[in-house]
Amino acid sequence: MINIFQNYGSQLWQGFWQTIICSIISLFFALIIGSGFAILETVPNKWTHLIARMYIELFRNIPLLVITMFFYVVIPMYFVKISGFAAGTIGLTIYSSAFIAETVRSGIQSVDVGQIEGARANGLTFWQTMVHIVLPQAFRYVLPPLGNQFINLVKNSSVLAFVAGFDLMYQGNVIASDSLQSMNAYLCVGLLYLVITLPLSYYMRYLERRTLKGGA
Amino acid sequence: MLDNLMQAYSFINMRFLLEGAWVTIQVSVISIAFSYLFGIILGILRYVNFKIISAALGFVIDIIRNLPLILIMFFTYFGLPQIGFKPTPFWAAIIALIIFESAMVAEIVRAGIQSIDPGQMEGARANGMTYWQALWFILLPQALTNMIPAIVSQFISLVKDTSLATIIVLPDLMNHAQIIYGQNTNYTIPMFIALAAMYFVVCYALSLLSKYLERRQRYQGKPANN
Amino acid sequence: MKVKQWRFGLLTTLLMLIMVVSGCGSRSLATKNILKEDQKTQAITWGVKADTRLFGLMDVKDNQIKGFEIDLAKALTKEMLGKNGQAKFIQVNSQTRMPLLKNGNIDAIIATMTITPEREKQVDFSRSYFDAGQAILVKNGSPIKNVADLNQKKATVLGVVGSNSVQTIKKFAPKAKLMQLSDYSQALTALKSGQGDALTTDNGILYGMAAENPGYSVVGGTFTKEPYGVAVNKNQTDFRNAVNVALTKIEKSGDYNRLLKKWFGHVKGFNYKEVQR
Repeated sequence: MINIFQNYGSQLWQGFWQTIICSIISLFFALIIGSGFAILETVPNKWTHLIARMYIELFRNIPLLVITMFFYVVIPMYFVKISGFAAGTIGLTIYSSAFIAETVRSGIQSVDVGQIEGARANGLTFWQTMVHIVLPQAFRYVLPPLGNQFINLVKNSSVLAFVAGFDLMYQGNVIASDSLQSMNAYLCVGLLYLVITLPLSYYMRYLERRTLKGGA
Repeated sequence: MLDNLMQAYSFINMRFLLEGAWVTIQVSVISIAFSYLFGIILGILRYVNFKIISAALGFVIDIIRNLPLILIMFFTYFGLPQIGFKPTPFWAAIIALIIFESAMVAEIVRAGIQSIDPGQMEGARANGMTYWQALWFILLPQALTNMIPAIVSQFISLVKDTSLATIIVLPDLMNHAQIIYGQNTNYTIPMFIALAAMYFVVCYALSLLSKYLERRQRYQGKPANN
Repeated sequence: MKVKQWRFGLLTTLLMLIMVVSGCGSRSLATKNILKEDQKTQAITWGVKADTRLFGLMDVKDNQIKGFEIDLAKALTKEMLGKNGQAKFIQVNSQTRMPLLKNGNIDAIIATMTITPEREKQVDFSRSYFDAGQAILVKNGSPIKNVADLNQKKATVLGVVGSNSVQTIKKFAPKAKLMQLSDYSQALTALKSGQGDALTTDNGILYGMAAENPGYSVVGGTFTKEPYGVAVNKNQTDFRNAVNVALTKIEKSGDYNRLLKKWFGHVKGFNYKEVQR
């Protein structure tokens, strides 16, 4: 294992950063898109509700790999050229946004209806109520589950390996077949994934405990 | 265009695709059954505070939960033979899924039991039940009903995640679709539509089932707690 | 605090366990004589490609793998075990074949695997059973006419994880960006999607792709020699010798040339007579 780190350090390092960069970009856009659809779902309008529901159900029920391969294979064949990294990141964003939308929606719905009515009665518009009253509370409530979504997102970023996205898993495959020590290479890759995900996961558990205590 | 669709969905291609779907279903069903069983057992063991076992188990479960599933598949496919067991891609995928999903389900079950009012345990004990009886007959059934949505959505993930096993050459739905469009590019879009549709039908059906169970449970009056 | 100590202790134990497992590998394999075992079971398990036209390709019609290597493996099996010998096939790709052989899932690899000095440190090879050479496949009308044209910063070359072609291309076109896919079918799909300017691997494989995709052609000829060998684990000298003997018999009887003609006789641009034996 040590010799893998010695001989392939730069590749592992590159993969490590690609994974982190891809995860952060995906998280950023998935949060925006996911919150957007969560709000659309709670808007009192049949059509927006339907659209949001369709988006969420569609992308929650199709494998991430299918979505990613679609962007890697089909889109460049007929529309525009996108790299493996981009295809993977887009796929990951869309897939995660559906889950984040579900999470944020449950957060929004957890906010006391009385507060919303109160804010509206005081002259705030729907959007003002959303931005100033509902979302801040909703996000505090859903922070731990959102954190878990982020951990999932980091793990799921390994699909980039299927589309030559130069992430950690891709480098792992390359190193495994180059060094002919597949188990050692994958163990190194596993350790590096844990370096990202384990601290996150413990932090989220800490937050969860704190919210539970604070809530009760 | 229509011609192309007809050719893409020819009897031969569809049969090949369905053969792949059948593998996906087999892998999913076996993995779901075992990870449900192991998940519950592990979840209970996590909840019950045996000092060493719970800490050790918690640590292992945390490691597994925080690794990408693809990596676990590599470990079962390439690693298990080093300790003398040589799985086919079919069993390597199943074992990897069971390991990964049991860990996920265990966490859900543990959280489920913990969310139940500790007063119930005390009550049951006061009424003469042993600790294990109270856990098994009072706490666990409630935890499981409360956790139906979380567990089912975990199993939906499992069905979707079977597609990752193409990386160890499991001849599943994904793999067979890739073989078909790999041999004829014109079939690419039809194959993606078929893939999306097939996975969607199975996963959406599961999520409807989850909602149905949830609703039934609500009508029957949620057994205690929240 | 106590919990943390436990965790630390566990982490170290786990790490040590990992070290032990990864260190010892499978020693038991070295002591086995695969040839004798296969003679007893009357079956040889070959690791073959299923995504490579002409060599080993999954037939959608009947779910069988078909190709030159499949036929050759069947012929070798018959020579090695006698008439009742069964050839079993396990799908591999360039990435999985080495671990599967080392782990003993398969007895031998017959999967477009070039004999190279690096690989010979890990496995033993039979005599070469096919003489290929590395080349590139491009879209018709591409400005890239040979491997030298690829040696520029803007160019992207597609290859397959675990093939030695990806190592070689780094020497011939060091400036080009290299992307490695998991198997040939994925790499070809990526080329068709415009993810790369050229796909590089051995000419035999590329001709198989070009035959099925008229919009693509092999250009620039070969720039390396790639002799394919049957790979077996170290210490399986009996098995390797048996493969060599069987291969010689097949070559002498003319079966080899018949198989060659069956699979490569109609391939445009590929003169199968040059590699006849």
